[in-house]
Amino acid sequence: MLQYALKRSVLALLVALTVSLVCFLLVNLSTDVATAMAGEGATAEAIDSIRKQYGFDRPLVVRYFDWLGHAAMGNFGDSLYFRTPVSALVAERMPTTMILGTAAIAFALLLSIPLGVLAALKPNSWVDRLTLTIAVIGQAMPTFWFALLLMFLFGVTLKVLPISGSDTWQHFILPSIALGYYATPAIMRLTRSGMLEVLESDYIRTARAKGLRNASVLFKHALRNAVAPVVALAAVQLGFLLGGSVVIETVFALNGLGYLAWEAIVHNDFPVVQAVVLLISLVYIVLTLLSDVANAWLDPRIRIG
Amino acid sequence: MSNHAAILETVVAESFAGPSPGELLRRRIRGHAGLLIGALVLALVVLMAFAAPWLAPQDPLAQDLAQRLIPPIWHEQGSWAHPLGTDMLGRDYLSRVIYGSRISLLIGFSVMLISGVIGAVLGIVAGYFGGRTDLAVTYLITVRLSLPVILVALTTVALVGSSLWMVILVLGLLKWDRYTVVLRSATQQVRNLDYVTAARAIGCPTWRIILGEVLPNVSSHLIVVATLEMGSAILLEAALSFLGLGVQPPLPSWGLMISEAKSYMFFSPWLITIPGLALLALVLAINLLGDGVRDVTAPEGRS
Repeated sequence: MLQYALKRSVLALLVALTVSLVCFLLVNLSTDVATAMAGEGATAEAIDSIRKQYGFDRPLVVRYFDWLGHAAMGNFGDSLYFRTPVSALVAERMPTTMILGTAAIAFALLLSIPLGVLAALKPNSWVDRLTLTIAVIGQAMPTFWFALLLMFLFGVTLKVLPISGSDTWQHFILPSIALGYYATPAIMRLTRSGMLEVLESDYIRTARAKGLRNASVLFKHALRNAVAPVVALAAVQLGFLLGGSVVIETVFALNGLGYLAWEAIVHNDFPVVQAVVLLISLVYIVLTLLSDVANAWLDPRIRIG
Repeated sequence: MSNHAAILETVVAESFAGPSPGELLRRRIRGHAGLLIGALVLALVVLMAFAAPWLAPQDPLAQDLAQRLIPPIWHEQGSWAHPLGTDMLGRDYLSRVIYGSRISLLIGFSVMLISGVIGAVLGIVAGYFGGRTDLAVTYLITVRLSLPVILVALTTVALVGSSLWMVILVLGLLKWDRYTVVLRSATQQVRNLDYVTAARAIGCPTWRIILGEVLPNVSSHLIVVATLEMGSAILLEAALSFLGLGVQPPLPSWGLMISEAKSYMFFSPWLITIPGLALLALVLAINLLGDGVRDVTAPEGRS
């Protein structure tokens, strides 16, 4: 087990390093940073002085390791647009996105696990069809459009929830639903198919045969086994949701990492863009690492095979 | 001798008695409502895109500030001159929705081609050769999955300059992962089957085994992923355009139309509901078609 966890951690570290290289190259190969920073109509001397001042005249490799070394110690330089250290900006915005992501995945799980279980208990019933419909529509719905519809319905027509800003917990309800709905189809389908498979297995038949109550068979035996892969998927989905938060946070003017990323992209704020892309990737890498290790701990077949 | 002939006769008779594989496939397609509906709606949208110049009542870019924000025909103030109303610049909304289908389909199809070729090559190569090649490709998939697609696409498009072709290129270079994952495992299942071993045994060159034996046998997986990924690419373009970093004005991209109408949505909600419904209908149709093709071709769907 320890050996598996170690091997998996080394892989995660390698992936993290590669991702950091991609983040760095993404910005530095897509554009000439000094020219973009100088702005339109800047003279060649102005561009040159910026190049010297920020050290952009050094070779790319040197600059990468310089950036990486500082980043590893939490120093991402100063924001060009906000004029404050990037790390402070990120630390300020991070909690909002974490709350949003957690609430969104909680909403997704609360909606999809019960529906997935009910659908598996009665295949082809109306619950099953409803579940399938929610899943199919969820996969085809543009997230930002769904967010605008929620805004219109609950914020404007019913006037029960705030639609913009991040001051109170009520501000997080609509964004969490909009973002979480995006993760429901996958979780719902996996719960349903996992539950169907488990319900047909021998140990469920044995549990029923020895006369256990239906509820006890369902919750103690079936659900526990069906839910393990769902938890792993939820961890991965949470990573995806954080990446997708840029859309939802922009719609609801929620002051988190995604909104920060959008502001930074629009204002050519390279240090912030690099930091946010790297950070969201790192969260994803850690989440998948944890879910893999947890899965291996629960299921010996994974760590041996 | 006569016994032998009798057996031969029953074998021949039986092979003619049941429906042919092609007939079975056609029956499964006819019995699958989702697939039929999806194919029908997609066909209609494709037709709409090709016939846009004849279908659209007006020029989708022509502005008329005297005719701003006219509501659609089902409102009291609606008029048949603009069946879906006009936007804040007085452009005919029906014409813009019709022309918008061209952008969504172009993006979906082009991204599918680029990412499909990259993803299929990586997946088949990894699955067929295994070993270190497989490790390298798996590593590449892990790295790719760790990067948030929307953020990376936004960043690149913003830095390089946003245009329709830039969006296509960036999404095409980013969205190959699912093809690779699916085709890698499909190829692993095929590579040691008898007909592949046989081709190897008679000295068939590797590229011919891959193109002639492996590819045709994983192609149903490829078609399913390609369909679903096309829907996902269309949604991504809409999101990028909605954030102002995808297709640029005045092109009538559905995502961009929603973005432009955002500040008018409280008094003129149809401006966001109509292009949103168009997106939903198109992607829903594509997904139903993809799911349907999977049900019809996958053995486990043949109950």
